[in-house]
Amino acid sequence: MATLVHTETLDLAARFPGSVTADSRPGYSGWIVNKDKLIEVATTLRDEFGFDLLSSVTGVDYFPDKMEVVYEAFKTIGGPSIRFKVQVPRVDPIEIPSVVSIWPGADFQEREIWDLYGIKFANHPDLRRILMWEGFEGHPMRKDWHEPFYEEDNKPLKSRWPDGKFVSAEDKNIYKDNLQFPQNFDPEKVKLDGEASLYDSVQKYTTIDAGIKTDHVLINMGPQHPSTHGVFRAAVVLDGETIISLKPVMGYLHRNHEKIGERNTFLQNMPYTDRLDYFNSMSNNWGYSLAVEKLMNIKVPERAEYLRVIMAELSRIQNHLILIGMLLNDLGAFFTPALYAFEERELILDIFEAASGARMMCNYHRFGGVSRDLPEGVLEKISGLVEERLPRRVDEFDRFLTENEVLLARTRGIKVINGEDAVKYSITGPVLRAAGVPYDIRRAQPYGIYDRFEFDVALRHNGDLYDNYLIRLDEIRQSLRILQQAIKQIPDGPINSQKPQYQVRVPAGEAYGRIEAPKGELGYYIVSTGKPNPWRYHVRAPSFINITALEKMCVGTKIADFVAILGVIDIVLGELDR
Amino acid sequence: MYGKGIIKGLGVTFKRFWNTYWDDFVWLMRRFTGGEKRYYTPVGIAHRSSKDGRGVFTVQYPEEKLPSPEEFRYVPFLVYDESADGKKEIRCTSCGICAKVCPPQCIWIVRSNDPQTGRPVPEPTEFYIDADICMNCGFCAEYCPFDAIIMDHDYEIASYQRNVFNMEKLLKPASYYKSIRPLNYKINEDERKAKEAAKAAKAEAAS
Repeated sequence: MATLVHTETLDLAARFPGSVTADSRPGYSGWIVNKDKLIEVATTLRDEFGFDLLSSVTGVDYFPDKMEVVYEAFKTIGGPSIRFKVQVPRVDPIEIPSVVSIWPGADFQEREIWDLYGIKFANHPDLRRILMWEGFEGHPMRKDWHEPFYEEDNKPLKSRWPDGKFVSAEDKNIYKDNLQFPQNFDPEKVKLDGEASLYDSVQKYTTIDAGIKTDHVLINMGPQHPSTHGVFRAAVVLDGETIISLKPVMGYLHRNHEKIGERNTFLQNMPYTDRLDYFNSMSNNWGYSLAVEKLMNIKVPERAEYLRVIMAELSRIQNHLILIGMLLNDLGAFFTPALYAFEERELILDIFEAASGARMMCNYHRFGGVSRDLPEGVLEKISGLVEERLPRRVDEFDRFLTENEVLLARTRGIKVINGEDAVKYSITGPVLRAAGVPYDIRRAQPYGIYDRFEFDVALRHNGDLYDNYLIRLDEIRQSLRILQQAIKQIPDGPINSQKPQYQVRVPAGEAYGRIEAPKGELGYYIVSTGKPNPWRYHVRAPSFINITALEKMCVGTKIADFVAILGVIDIVLGELDR
Repeated sequence: MYGKGIIKGLGVTFKRFWNTYWDDFVWLMRRFTGGEKRYYTPVGIAHRSSKDGRGVFTVQYPEEKLPSPEEFRYVPFLVYDESADGKKEIRCTSCGICAKVCPPQCIWIVRSNDPQTGRPVPEPTEFYIDADICMNCGFCAEYCPFDAIIMDHDYEIASYQRNVFNMEKLLKPASYYKSIRPLNYKINEDERKAKEAAKAAKAEAAS
């Protein structure tokens, strides 16, 4: 039974003398765990202290001496995180124990760390590359790995000014594209393994039923499939129409966002965060500015806080509307609900455009505030939307879909996941709440000014597809409640506490900023060394981590329901593949 | 009753269907009393994309275009002032802040040097923006201390070649800036005048 201990007073070093020490580097916090004791410490944290939700696992390359793996665990009853780290010397082969047996949600994250940092996890059930392809040379997030058009470690690049003669990057590469081959690579002799490791990892077996031998069928859903909302692929093994085993394959849209982020200066990352979950650039901006503001230790003026809430909630509304529309598309209601949803979304994007200058790539936040104040008339527009139009339209959606017999037949009773498993698999956001776990970061660990607003954490209990649909409508209504309060309360005043600076000074240290993005917990883990560029810039992407449990959710359901389950998890490939 | 939900839902679609034609009809009737057209007029577009818009929502691009709000940002341009004798006075001093702040590093500037002394002159010799790489974030315009680089409103720049804009293509007059962003232009001008006035006052005080 978990004992209630406040995270702030929890002394792990006293509990595990000799194997856990407090992280005493300036600007850092948390605990450094001896790698041999990791499993024991992690088990104690989960079972004894109640840290049941492992939110983020990430590697950091402290070139040239050591590698670090940082774990961030939370309690689903709320409160701050416990952060613990494992440090290993930077000599290959690097190996640490896997925590998948304790928190299955670490599965894909550990695979990502293996892929990008080359840290092996002992006893991991399926340690393959995840974002890069099998056969890729090297581990790209290591500080000594350079990409094909490499110029310098950090931006701004010296070739741009004061003697910036334009050279196209493609002209530098003889292949005129972004390719790099390993040394002694000979295309004539290359042998493709036909993705043997992927197909080996799915379970395949033959049943003998009434004397008839039956092989199971392996099919590939995607990468080009309308229901995957992008280039996402799943290798599925079927027995008739029932899914027996499933492995997601991703990385088709991988651009190494985090490596780009480490090249950029702190401010330059802001527009890049827009491109993660491109439906919700306003929320993405917020998560990032929250993390950096923590490091810089600066306050945000009142008006800017309200503007942030307004934009983030508007963004949540349009995200959920699109989700409902597109889910119905996947279920076969061809485009009518989707276009109804798009209509409302366009009106919200009009507001984003008027305030920030762009409909989708808003780039609205700055450290210490926001970039622009609302132009004249926009607040009235917002108030017209949230007071009059949107509540009406949500009710209309309700009338339009909720009782529809076809929708009910396709969604009611089709289990997505239950609450216990959802927490184990680190699922956050509406999918978790539809499974009956009332975990919403706006309430569990309020950021910004969310503690001022009156709203309920939307909650449904069955965890089936239908509840996952309903919870989106509930959340839209709660967001509207927040918005109605926010536009009444918004004060006048400055919108940024800082002077406009194109290069901010960020003190050395680490910070983890997280928000309740429409798709789940969006976290940014930032390490600064005091230089203009972040040393580590990690994105804990909700789409990516919610997909960890995809196999768990789909096994036993029909292949047609896979499409709907993928639809309600609400993935966005820009964020999934990063 | 089984099928009630579907009928209820179809009621919603029917209402939308009805609204489309009813609204068209209402706007048509209004024309007899001097009202504007529903399509191809700014009033009609504004109505369709307002909170009261019902029925047909789409905008018939390119015959109709949504108005760009003032803050709308697209690939930047360089501003020049026209002096009394018609010469182009480029505002840019080639300080390089835009090139340094640019996230995808798509700005390339060659700073001028005085041929005699070899010291930098506040004026660019060459200025390139690789518009294909530009992510329209607006940082260059936001952090330019001289309001010399401004985000454009012209988004129809598709071409068969790579869009690398040089000085010739980038330079646009201050009057154009004023036409697309009147409010920002006014703020900039007021600031400038205030600064000049302060400078003059200082000079007067010193003499």
